[in-house]
Amino acid sequence: MGSRASTLLRDEEIEEIKKETGFSHSQITRLYSRFTSLDKGENGTLCREDFQRIPELAINPLGDRIINTFFPEGEDQVNFRGFMRTLAHFRPIDDHEKNKDPNVSEPLNSRNNKLLFAFRLYDLDKDDKISRDELLQVLRMMVGVNISDDQLGSIADRTIQEADQDGDSSISFTEFIKVLEKVDVEQKMSIRFLH
Amino acid sequence: MSFFLFPFDSLICILLGISFTVWFTLLLVFIIVPAIFGVSLGIRKLYMKTLLKIFKWATLRIERGAKEKNHLLYKPYTNGIIAKEPMSLEEEIKEIRGSGSSKDLSSPEFEMSDIFYFCRKGVESIMDDEVTKRFSPEELESWNLLTRSNYNFQHISLRLTVLWGLGLLIRYCFLLPLRVTLAFTGVGLLVVGTTMVGILPNGRFKNFLSEKVHLMCYRICVRALTAIITYHDSENKPKNGGICVANHTSPIDVIILASDGCYAMVGQVHGGLMGIIQRSMVKACPHIWFERSEVKDRNLVAKRLSDHVEDKTKLPILIFPEGTCINNTSVMMFKKGSFEIGTTMYPVAIKYDPRFGDAFWNSSKFGMVSYLLRMMSSWAIVCSVWYLPPVTREEGEDAVQFANRVKSAIARQGGLVDLLWDGGLKREKVKGTFKEEQQKLYSKMLVGNPEDRSRS
Repeated sequence: MGSRASTLLRDEEIEEIKKETGFSHSQITRLYSRFTSLDKGENGTLCREDFQRIPELAINPLGDRIINTFFPEGEDQVNFRGFMRTLAHFRPIDDHEKNKDPNVSEPLNSRNNKLLFAFRLYDLDKDDKISRDELLQVLRMMVGVNISDDQLGSIADRTIQEADQDGDSSISFTEFIKVLEKVDVEQKMSIRFLH
Repeated sequence: MSFFLFPFDSLICILLGISFTVWFTLLLVFIIVPAIFGVSLGIRKLYMKTLLKIFKWATLRIERGAKEKNHLLYKPYTNGIIAKEPMSLEEEIKEIRGSGSSKDLSSPEFEMSDIFYFCRKGVESIMDDEVTKRFSPEELESWNLLTRSNYNFQHISLRLTVLWGLGLLIRYCFLLPLRVTLAFTGVGLLVVGTTMVGILPNGRFKNFLSEKVHLMCYRICVRALTAIITYHDSENKPKNGGICVANHTSPIDVIILASDGCYAMVGQVHGGLMGIIQRSMVKACPHIWFERSEVKDRNLVAKRLSDHVEDKTKLPILIFPEGTCINNTSVMMFKKGSFEIGTTMYPVAIKYDPRFGDAFWNSSKFGMVSYLLRMMSSWAIVCSVWYLPPVTREEGEDAVQFANRVKSAIARQGGLVDLLWDGGLKREKVKGTFKEEQQKLYSKMLVGNPEDRSRS
């Protein structure tokens, strides 16, 4: 609840999250308020049910996949730091970050990391390749029962054919980046705060 | 030891006796008698104005305190925290594709970038969604000296703490006992009065008396909550044979509406104190109470409601079509049951001013008794009631469209957000049909409409 928002989050924590994710002070307190209102169990972590309680997420065809990106490998709870780390991928790219020193580690919301986030939604077994089966799985989630297996199969085949350059019948991350090089990833995978 | 207490004993008794008598006389003169005659002495309006001045001062102090320490204040934003594009699925995906693809945009096909749409929409709803925030109390922009609505604890100065302490003392030691006494008086008079009226034979005199008794007791209850209500457009007040529909925020809604007019209530039969009240109320005039088992039978419910409505001597029915309490920032889906009956509907919009006390009942967090105690220990309940012009179902309109039309009118008048989501989502999961709709829309983008394909 909002009443606990500013009190339980210490200034040092806010500074650390600011450094790691790049969100501003007020954005972090606001998202903390959101985190606590989702945390029905009031134990400082979110579980999958807490996310599924959001109606707009529950009706999203890729809802479950998106929820999974918040949870690290094999875990069922995510704390506020983890929550912010995942949300950081959707922070808009500031102009001054575009020409950064290549020695500094890449920010979470770089174009590359945004594309990696989307790539991981397809690549379920995390082998850095989108196989035909994995592509079919995601397609099936997005279309439900409205398209036949055959049609969906041919759509998948066509997509892999167009993207695959090294002939291994699957899409690697480099091939993925190539296919999407003209897409305005910065804008389409970013969420702008109003304040 | 007892030797010392003896003279004090009798002194204390005398003092207690005097203070009780004074207390009750003041109560009677200033509150109960005006309630019986429906007259207002203006005390509550003055109280409201004073409180507003104090709140403004309190907020300025907090802002000043925060600036001194160079901190940022937590400010709630009612319009959401992120920018959302109001585009449809089709438009958005076309835009995503358009920026990257050189192919013809109108031909249906799949692009790997389509996933961005669902991805972003999903994360947007995690950051800020339209539904879950309707089931918790509205956040205030200024502080109203109640701990329950403060988000900036560390910025409170000493002076403000003293003021808050004073406020606490006044609320719990003066206002709360006063209100509890009034509440008991009001409820007690209701039970006794309606039972006595019930003894009379049915007829105009009985209806007249029942009306007076009901109004008097509800007015006392209104003062028990220190509710300051402004009624607008009273010429549209519901008449016999109609159904009054309003947005639902708390059980207090009933008291607010019923202190200005007489209604037939609809509800489930309860046990305990509520049951006693229900049984005595129904002796004076016909209300509609359902057994728990009957509630599930929609036809039975519809029949009893339409029977009541056809009898023009019976009072208008009061119904809250949302089916559950919402936090008064929005109006959620109206259940179509009462809109199928086919009589005149009288929409009423109720908007509470949350600065004086949040009336929203979060039934998953608070039981009825703790809720009422919270209500009685806030400053006041301030609200506005608008009686909207009566509406009937138009030609070719089905019950759902009619319900949505009435809902929009109420939302517009009350300045509330008009949502299509079901208030039942407070407790239940969303239906799978909504996801299927999204999937269907997206499939059209992949393979086109069946009609299009047959043409080409």
